[in-house]
Amino acid sequence: MSSLRIPLRASARSGTARPSRRGAPGSSGWPFVLPFLVFFGLFLVLPIGYGLWMSFTDSSLTGHGDNTFAGLDNYAEALTDPEVWSSLENTVWFTVLTSVPLVVVALVMALLVHTGMPGQWVWRLSFFAPYLLPVAVVTQVWSLLFQPDLGLLNSMLKAVGIDGIGWLVDEKYAMWSIALLTLWWTVGFNFLLYLAALQAVPDHLYEAAAIDGAGAWRRLWSITLPQLRRTTALIAVLQVLASLKVFDQIYLLTKGGPDNSTKPIIEYIYDTGFANYRLGYASAVSYVFFAIVIILSIAQLKIFSRRED
Amino acid sequence: MAPDTLAPTTGTPPRSTMPREVARRRGGTQGWHPTLGTGPTTRILTSLALVLMAAAWLLPFAWAIDTSLKTEVDASSDTGWFPDGGFSLDAYRKIFDQGNIPVWALNSLLIALAVTALTVLISAMAAYAFSRTLFRGRRALFAATLASIMVPPQILIVPLFRQMLSMNLVDTYAAVILPQAVAPAMVYILKKFFDSVPRELEEAARIDGAGSWRVFASVVLPLSRPILAAVAIFVFITTWNNFLWPFISTSDPGLMTLPVGLSTIKDSSGLMYAQTSAASILAGIPLLIVFMLFQRQIVKSVATTGLGGQ
Repeated sequence: MSSLRIPLRASARSGTARPSRRGAPGSSGWPFVLPFLVFFGLFLVLPIGYGLWMSFTDSSLTGHGDNTFAGLDNYAEALTDPEVWSSLENTVWFTVLTSVPLVVVALVMALLVHTGMPGQWVWRLSFFAPYLLPVAVVTQVWSLLFQPDLGLLNSMLKAVGIDGIGWLVDEKYAMWSIALLTLWWTVGFNFLLYLAALQAVPDHLYEAAAIDGAGAWRRLWSITLPQLRRTTALIAVLQVLASLKVFDQIYLLTKGGPDNSTKPIIEYIYDTGFANYRLGYASAVSYVFFAIVIILSIAQLKIFSRRED
Repeated sequence: MAPDTLAPTTGTPPRSTMPREVARRRGGTQGWHPTLGTGPTTRILTSLALVLMAAAWLLPFAWAIDTSLKTEVDASSDTGWFPDGGFSLDAYRKIFDQGNIPVWALNSLLIALAVTALTVLISAMAAYAFSRTLFRGRRALFAATLASIMVPPQILIVPLFRQMLSMNLVDTYAAVILPQAVAPAMVYILKKFFDSVPRELEEAARIDGAGSWRVFASVVLPLSRPILAAVAIFVFITTWNNFLWPFISTSDPGLMTLPVGLSTIKDSSGLMYAQTSAASILAGIPLLIVFMLFQRQIVKSVATTGLGGQ
């Protein structure tokens, strides 16, 4: 690399090669960044600001109350609204139920596939294919499996002498069922990240360990897992953030039921805004949720960056 | 396929001097499984676990295919794999007769292609500006772009919907497409890649008198084909599967994407098991075919875009 730097410096000195603030003709970055800037401004910055402003008003879907400044009323209401708290609790519960298996199962899959087993593409396809399916397809297929009378899961349970359970209709099981579906649907993404990371572990580490007579568990604990630490941190952070934002599969399977036991915060925001027309209040709840996401992300980054040291 | 193709494009650690295949053939230190070991018992147990797990993951597909091949009567009374009345293609025939599905599939394709093309183009241009040019406010703008990766798109639906209302765009392709074309994370990934492209090539072109546009189009873009493909595939898959925003911004069945359209079928005929299964299969097949064709690139794209956050 260092030999490559020499021509770079030489040409930089000639003055035309490096873009500078005064710049050679056509060297300004503005024309390049402008299209992105327009989209970024219109569809990200503007709605962030507009939503924040709406959260202090009584805006409704019909346009009434747009200019009625409500101060912190919406926030005060959000913080004392039992539905906000119960939907937050459901969201956190879903995140807990999914995050751990989605990391662990993905790792197990990657370890199993990362062998001399022939037919690599078959294994990859089996585990990754569900991730490619649209949410509506996934929920339709699983609502068949979850059917109390006809569903495959209950027929399998009956075959081994267990009474079928109300997968989606029983408050006790609904969230677990959705977590199970989510594991099946999305684990393939984490699996591929782990597989890529495993293939980048240098062989000489294992060669050295084998010479030292390290057994399988020893190699797993002392080489593989430590080598995968960055990937695990990344997957864990991405996974928690993704799980907190759950909406689609829950909305399509249970609409938040039975008895609101699976309703996540995003669905409450959607209901408040688009079914009850209370956009101002929905915005306030969005910002409460956003604050929680930011706090959790910072906490996670702190935890994982400390471990890296 | 060589397992090496999976390695992430950045930060690959030094490799052993002895390729794994060679080591394995020599029965050397490198085992059948570097972590789990070489013994025959390990071999059998790992294979068994792998087969069982893959079977569990494929089972829902099998059940959906099976159900789609039953008659509606069998599907709603028969719990076995082999229906009493034999297999039938009725469900598929009915889907095509009532047929919104081809329209939704076409919408999904058009929308996903448009979002992908737009996103790749504007993100690559912005990434080039951030990586290779200087302009006032560059650092601040890049910092803002990075910070915005933290914003969950779901919290923007309320204000975005109002914006679309006031712009008279609700129930148009523009309303579905435009907000999805903002991808700060992809700008970041592309910028990181452009940073690693040697400047010499670019400078040689500049000395030959090429302007920024020329350098971008005929030097930087061609060199970045793999990462552009990775980003494009990733954006395509996420857009194809996106539900919430297309669901909110369209109510006209003629504009719906597959995920949105299928969710409306379920509401109106929740009990048509065979037909809903057939519809799911038809909707799922295109992406599975795409996966089989472009497996290597898709796997790579997930690995690079996922690892881009590192």
